[in-house]
Amino acid sequence: MQPATTTDNDAPARRLNGDLIFRAITTLFAFSILIILAVMLVEMASESLPSIRKFGWKFITSSDWDAVQGVFGALPYLYGSVVSSVIALLLATPLSIGAAIFITEICPKRWGTLIAPLVELLAAIPSVIYGLWGVLVMAPWLQSSVEPFLIEHFGFLPFFQGAPYGVSMLAAVFILMIMVVPIITSITREVLLAVPLSQKEAAIALGATRWETIRIAILPYGKSGILGAAILGLGRAVGETMAVTMVIGNAPKISLSLLSPAYTMPSVIANEFAETTSKLHGSALMEIGLILLVVTLIINALARLLIWSVSQSAGGGAS
Amino acid sequence: MISIRKSILALAALAALAAAGSASAETLINGAGATFPYPIYSKWFAEYAKIDKSVKFNYQSIGSGGGIKQITAQTVDFGASDKFLSDDELKGAPGKLLHIPTVMGAVVVTYNIPSVGKGLKLTAETLSQIYEGKITSWNDPKIAHDNAGIKLPNNPIIVVHRSDGSGTTSIFTDYLSSVNAEWAKSVGKGASVKWPVGLGGKGNEGVAGQIKTTPYTIGYVELAYAFENKLPYAFLKNSAGNFVEPSIASTSAAAAGAAKSMPADYRVSLVNQPGKNAYPIAGFTWLLVYQDQKDKAKGKKLVEFLNWELKQGQKMADKLLYAPLPANVIKMVEKTVKSIK
Repeated sequence: MQPATTTDNDAPARRLNGDLIFRAITTLFAFSILIILAVMLVEMASESLPSIRKFGWKFITSSDWDAVQGVFGALPYLYGSVVSSVIALLLATPLSIGAAIFITEICPKRWGTLIAPLVELLAAIPSVIYGLWGVLVMAPWLQSSVEPFLIEHFGFLPFFQGAPYGVSMLAAVFILMIMVVPIITSITREVLLAVPLSQKEAAIALGATRWETIRIAILPYGKSGILGAAILGLGRAVGETMAVTMVIGNAPKISLSLLSPAYTMPSVIANEFAETTSKLHGSALMEIGLILLVVTLIINALARLLIWSVSQSAGGGAS
Repeated sequence: MISIRKSILALAALAALAAAGSASAETLINGAGATFPYPIYSKWFAEYAKIDKSVKFNYQSIGSGGGIKQITAQTVDFGASDKFLSDDELKGAPGKLLHIPTVMGAVVVTYNIPSVGKGLKLTAETLSQIYEGKITSWNDPKIAHDNAGIKLPNNPIIVVHRSDGSGTTSIFTDYLSSVNAEWAKSVGKGASVKWPVGLGGKGNEGVAGQIKTTPYTIGYVELAYAFENKLPYAFLKNSAGNFVEPSIASTSAAAAGAAKSMPADYRVSLVNQPGKNAYPIAGFTWLLVYQDQKDKAKGKKLVEFLNWELKQGQKMADKLLYAPLPANVIKMVEKTVKSIK
């Protein structure tokens, strides 16, 4: 046995074995992600079956949520989640891109290396801290100054009507925006740093100003990466639970006005799951979880598609 | 060197002995359920550990719903809940499940009206109509009628309620249902209900935070929470027609009033009870125990603890802002505890 292990023609076989084992292990790891996702989907679907059977499509078209009567319709939660995240993203993206451009292109290098870690630090603050700050500092400020101003000057628009409560859809949008900006900024910064120097130098050589360099050379090159950053931000906004629950007012009503309280899908799960009043109630909450998962998957799929199409066209333009 | 080795050996032997000793004698009793009585239960378990070293209690405050689920599935030795089980839920349990009332809590109505301190007087009718969205302004004649001498502002009332499912909401909506037939029909009672108006705050702290930071709000929180945080609270008119200040004594009075008509299984709501000094929004919290204990040794330890809790334990209640059971109820419960085998 001993001499056999040291012969030359046995060595490659052993190395091959090692490769095979390594390959098997990494494959297993890769598939484990898919398996976990599949198990989650199956488990959630089976748990929410009683609710799916009972309400069918009415579950996402009705806005009647009454645990006492055992009637469940999730439309206000779906609406609250989508509206709060999308508006937050629309506000956060330009802000983040601006911040990233400033850090990478405009401010002195030394400042940049100072500011960038600070931005990343913001991304690491636990959401409950944002929530506490939101409910104790931001919401009262919104109630006493911002919302009365909006009502007075823009009250003719349906988006700014009603009484100023402080906690509202607007508060949720702001808190989400603040939470999402650091994520989008730090990823966009990485994307902009990856733009080849030759690209910039070419633009400068053609006599482009700093703004023109950013516009023609840097932003188009990083377009798909920036989109990806925004989508990651949206993902975080849709799934955010604690901070939103604390400032949104938790009223399952659909209202055009940003000043009225609203409710989101993660919030209702966090609020009601610990004390469900019936099996059906638990099942309905599980179905909301399922919808949340599906919405997240759809957002991610759309994002991939968007990034793919943008990178295709950008590649075409460059050649 | 030798001496060090010797002492290490001696220590190891001691540790082994101690481990063997505790393993042979200590009974571990597991429980899970309501969060509201958690502070007093953990105090009791800690004090009881000093008296009977052979038993150790482990309580997880996962919420009443979770407690009911776990005791029904028999994954714990006792459950705890702020709401009593329905007949269907009792049928779903594998054995006869007893409700053992331990202490009482009350729900107080708190508010933020600048320039008005504690002691706003509210009747059942006014309070329920505020929560129905029918009374919308603080200077409504119905509120003013009971509060002569207090200048009420002409501002809209902002209603706040709990957004998370909770025993507090359960007791509060039980009260509104029992005093207002329309509420009982259109909203009902439960841990989470479909509120006609208002903002939802998460937890006592969420509701209290909302009220503290926003003027002209009204909401409800647990008595203990309101006292600890020095929130202003309303005096409520009880069924005897008196405006009663929420306190530990007036909460106990609610149970004393209910004692005459107390059902043998203690499944009773304490809202709106008779009695001159009875505070109208009160409720029991219960331990859930099977009458026939599977593990007789554990059952015996549990009964010993329950008897201790009914005598010595009750004395610790008011320091932690829970209302102790009145004497006539304790007598009844002691009989029930005797029936546990």
